[in-house]
Amino acid sequence: MAATEIDMRPMSLPAESSATPKAMPIAMSVRDLRASYGAASVLKDVNLEVRERTVTAIIGPSGCGKSTLIRCLNRMHEAIPGATCDGDILLGDRNALALDPVLLRREVGMVFQRPNPFPTMTIAQNVAAGLVLNGVCDHAVLAETVEKSLRRAALWDEVKDKLDAPGVGLSGGQQQRLCIARALAVEPRVLLLDEPCSALDPIATGRIEELLLQIKDQLTVVIVTHNMQQAARVSEYTVFMLMGEMVEYGLTRQMFTKPTDKRTEDYITGRFG
Amino acid sequence: MVTAVFDRARRVPGSRERAGDLLFRLTISGVAGIILLAAGALAWQLARESASTWKSFGLAFLWTSTWDPVSDVFGVLPFLYGTAVSSLLALLIAVPLGVGAAIFLTELAPKRLADILMFAIELLAAVPSVILGLMGIFILVPGMRALGAPYGVGMLTAGLILAFMVLPYITTITREVLLTVPRPLKEAMYALGGTRWEVVRGVSLPYARSGIVGAVFLSLGRALGETMAVTMVIGNTPKISASLLAPGYSMAAVIANELAEAASDAHLSALVAIGLTLMVVTIVVNGAARLMLYRLGSRK
Ligand SMILES: Nc1ncnc2c1ncn2[C@@H]1O[C@H](COP(=O)(O)OP(=O)(O)OP(=O)(O)O)[C@@H](O)[C@H]1O
Ligand SMILES: [Mg+2]
Repeated sequence: MAATEIDMRPMSLPAESSATPKAMPIAMSVRDLRASYGAASVLKDVNLEVRERTVTAIIGPSGCGKSTLIRCLNRMHEAIPGATCDGDILLGDRNALALDPVLLRREVGMVFQRPNPFPTMTIAQNVAAGLVLNGVCDHAVLAETVEKSLRRAALWDEVKDKLDAPGVGLSGGQQQRLCIARALAVEPRVLLLDEPCSALDPIATGRIEELLLQIKDQLTVVIVTHNMQQAARVSEYTVFMLMGEMVEYGLTRQMFTKPTDKRTEDYITGRFG
Repeated sequence: MVTAVFDRARRVPGSRERAGDLLFRLTISGVAGIILLAAGALAWQLARESASTWKSFGLAFLWTSTWDPVSDVFGVLPFLYGTAVSSLLALLIAVPLGVGAAIFLTELAPKRLADILMFAIELLAAVPSVILGLMGIFILVPGMRALGAPYGVGMLTAGLILAFMVLPYITTITREVLLTVPRPLKEAMYALGGTRWEVVRGVSLPYARSGIVGAVFLSLGRALGETMAVTMVIGNTPKISASLLAPGYSMAAVIANELAEAASDAHLSALVAIGLTLMVVTIVVNGAARLMLYRLGSRK
């Protein structure tokens, strides 16, 4: 079954797996990132490198700052009143904090914990929303991109006959894939996902993991997850965070077999968190 | 204590509760019935009092524009026109302003400033309409004249006063519904690379549209029936003019002005007929609003 295929994935990496992902250039890097909500400091000097066309998982106990970290990456963090961040975030070799956040977000897409399709839009309009923002209004181009994005999000076969139905009429899992399609439609270089499967059942989760493994051939994925198996199944790299600090960062296989930090080991083996 | 709560929750409704329930239901139905009855009686009374007008002019009363109490020839059209045009003018001015102000207050203004402005706007809603009428006479009318309007009073002046009057409704209700737009939806649009304006246009306004439509119709209802302020600035001339700067008349205004000194029974009857027309118009507008809200609601 599909699930078994996914489970096999980390093991099917070549034995020299450490060599394969390392060869990838760096898509985003974070240096000495601090973030706070008003007076409450939430991230302390986080350093991180996200490699192109890989999946990086961020794990850690609730409240450790995972969401805050990825929301810094596309600067959604600063949309919250009182929230600030400083340090350096590079997208390729550009300083992300100096870019126009609107333009940055067109290159760094995001999928949220709860599926949030636009309730007043149809399925097709939801997928096309980002393109319309970019000023695309050619119907042929829009239709083509809608189909392509829905296919990439593994949703096309289920919705191709009802593209004009409201997006909120889909099931939770379908809605989440719709949101992924919506994010993919603008061809981002990096896709951030914040616990995208936490509201979904195992089958819907399996579908999304499968599609992540497919799309990472074309873009960089950063996923926050509470599910250790999920991190092991889909990611090449894992970041372990604890109380706003990045405790350990490395190859997933390594981290799950022989973590260097005692706290990582405790968390992974379920001794706390 | 905890068990007591559970006991109460689990208790099977006894005959005493059922009697109370019945009493409650009867009272509520009674009150609702009285309201309906009163509305029905009012309409019936208006119809009866205006029967002679309907008898002598028939439905042509609705589209004749002579208003001549001396020779007892009556038609409602100039008043219908005045009421409709001044109210629509008011909406034309107040809707963009009010929606714009609401967007500013929710999306752009710092919270402190927004709170102060909201307070001022709510205060405006509490100003009695006769005071607004005075303001019209002392400020708006000379202002219009200075800008070249021949009389100062007129349809546009009435529209402006009405716009001023309904602006608080549109602003407050629109702001209220804009505040209910779920944050995740707005974030979804921001995350796609939407600007603030694109988020407002693509997410907030569509989400809030049924509330805004409701506010517009509520305002229309108010504007149609507004008497005092309109009477003070519309010019009170039963004539249909192409120019919005020319004086006109409205249904509510003519009733207020002429009822006390109606020259004849026919005149009185014609004024009541205007009242009935106004009531029907308001009910139709409100019905249309309900229908539209219902449609929008079921589409969402
Ligand atoms: N809007 C906010 N205002 C103030 N504090 C916040 C806000 N959002 C998060 N925090 C605080 O920041 C810290 C990190 O939150 P964050 O949401 O990043 O955690 P998380 O790792 O994503 O947790 P979870 O796994 O539960 O989603 C928490 O202590 C939280 O209380
Ligand atoms: Mg989180």
